[in-house]
Amino acid sequence: MTAALAEKHGTDAPAADDTPRRPPTRRTKRERAFDDVPRWQIYVPLGLYLIFTLIPFYWMLLFAFRPAGSTSLVPWPMTLDHFSKVWNERSFGIFFQNSMIVGVATLVATTLVALSGGYALARFDFRIKKGFMLGLLCSQFIPGALMLVPLFEIFKNLQLINSLGSVIIAETVFQLPLSIILISGFIKNVPVSLEEAAWVDGCGRFRAFCAVVLPLLRPGLIAVGSFAFVHSWNHFLFALMFLSEQDKQTIPVGLNTLIGADSVDLGALAAGGVVAAVPVVIVFAFIQKWLVTGFSAGAVKG
Amino acid sequence: MAQAAAVAEQSRPHGPPRRRTGATPRRLPYLLIAPAALLMLGFIAYPVISVFYYSLQNYNVTKPWRNGFAGLDNFTKIFTQDDQFWSTLAFSGQWVVTQVALQLALGLGLALIVNQTFIGRGFARAMVFSPWAVSGVLTSTIWILLYNSSTGFSRYLADAGIGSYGTSVLSDTGTVFWAAALAELWRGVPFFAILILADLQSVSKELYEAASVDGAGRLRQFFHITLPHLKDAIVLATLLRGVWEFNNVDLLYTLTGGGPAGETTTLPLYVANTGIEGHDFGYASALTTVAFVILLFCSILYLRLSKFGGDPK
Repeated sequence: MTAALAEKHGTDAPAADDTPRRPPTRRTKRERAFDDVPRWQIYVPLGLYLIFTLIPFYWMLLFAFRPAGSTSLVPWPMTLDHFSKVWNERSFGIFFQNSMIVGVATLVATTLVALSGGYALARFDFRIKKGFMLGLLCSQFIPGALMLVPLFEIFKNLQLINSLGSVIIAETVFQLPLSIILISGFIKNVPVSLEEAAWVDGCGRFRAFCAVVLPLLRPGLIAVGSFAFVHSWNHFLFALMFLSEQDKQTIPVGLNTLIGADSVDLGALAAGGVVAAVPVVIVFAFIQKWLVTGFSAGAVKG
Repeated sequence: MAQAAAVAEQSRPHGPPRRRTGATPRRLPYLLIAPAALLMLGFIAYPVISVFYYSLQNYNVTKPWRNGFAGLDNFTKIFTQDDQFWSTLAFSGQWVVTQVALQLALGLGLALIVNQTFIGRGFARAMVFSPWAVSGVLTSTIWILLYNSSTGFSRYLADAGIGSYGTSVLSDTGTVFWAAALAELWRGVPFFAILILADLQSVSKELYEAASVDGAGRLRQFFHITLPHLKDAIVLATLLRGVWEFNNVDLLYTLTGGGPAGETTTLPLYVANTGIEGHDFGYASALTTVAFVILLFCSILYLRLSKFGGDPK
């Protein structure tokens, strides 16, 4: 079979039966799979794309670590002046703390609410299900930027302006629809029979869910939770609008202030960028391998 | 106990044996969606309705004497007198189409490459996906450093004889579109690459083997197996991304501020300026309503034309 395949495909896998029809080439060293691609077709475009991806990151690190006024292309001699300036003088220390609170609170709130809603959608038929689904889908078309004014009025009435609570609520709400759709997809992929077996063993629905379904949702929950964290860490408009006091602002707002300064201090800007990037990079490194499996577990197919 | 549970199971096939918990299965789904539904009613549905309501009003904080019911005046003004509406709408369209097309093409290529087996694949995936997690403001920060005319990358390109010294690509109306587009592309491609790579995991290997046996080359395999398999994922990803690119203002707001000379003002950016800086909330609401209807119409048209989920695989 392998030999037949290799022959049809025109590669030179060592044939088991009769003499090879082509002179053996370098490739015969290992048996080539039917879908194998010449190495250069992988490495050349990949290398080019890596350059495009990594130069901007390098550029930021370069500006953040080299002394002001230097035009060297390597960050050496290295200095941490820009960081201490940004962290202390430009209050990035406080911004970092605020962003962390918003990110973690949004993560927890989004995951809990979406688990509950996603479970209902995956496991029950109920009267307003279709309407609820439609609402979730339609909400994807609503530009958050255009909801700023009415949202501002709501939060003013709730006395949440200049409180991180307003940003946490707004981020959670706009993160919910996608999270619910994703999580209900993940739950649908867990066979009901597993839960039923636990019910027969005397578990209530909640205990059965925690014991049987929850562990299987791990990749999906990691994907959804990290989305929520990264999104709220990155998002900028709500914090810009709802938090006007400086000690309540978040990192993206702080960066925007640096960009908008009359004479942009590039070193400080780059250092601020690094501070903004570090938590996301850590989260990303942690979830990177879950990301693809998490999605292929049924996210796209719903 | 187990037997009793099994009997109860038979009589109510869709739930665990009823226990002391207060929630009956009839009420349970409503209780479960209640938190999500209440949050979305209060913070999405209500603002949307208030936008629709204000679109029919004259409502400007700085001109309170004119406030009141306006009928369709705002809408008439949009379609007959407002040149900026049309120019920002055209720019939004250009921006969305450019971004979605290029992000899809590059993301698809990238996904196909990192789906192969090769040495260093895990590392390569992590690297090429990494801008996915970068925010619009951070993207602006990074590209401002790159585009800076005195110490940016362009200076080094000029040193090497490419381009000229002192060019600021972000303040030149001829270059600003592609300068901003490149920055957005940089962080947008990984989204497509991740989604498409995820979907590639579920293509059956046997299909390729069968195609090989039938003598189909790699190109034909791509067009007859891979692409049809990816179709739904691609339609969904392009739609979500298109809507997202239309609505998102972070990058352009911080990178170009809509300038130079309004050259990169998208419709949402124009609306935000009208509503927030111009305090003309009635007119901004009408613009929002029009934008929303356009977006919804285009999305439905797109799903229809692409026959989403139509043919079974």
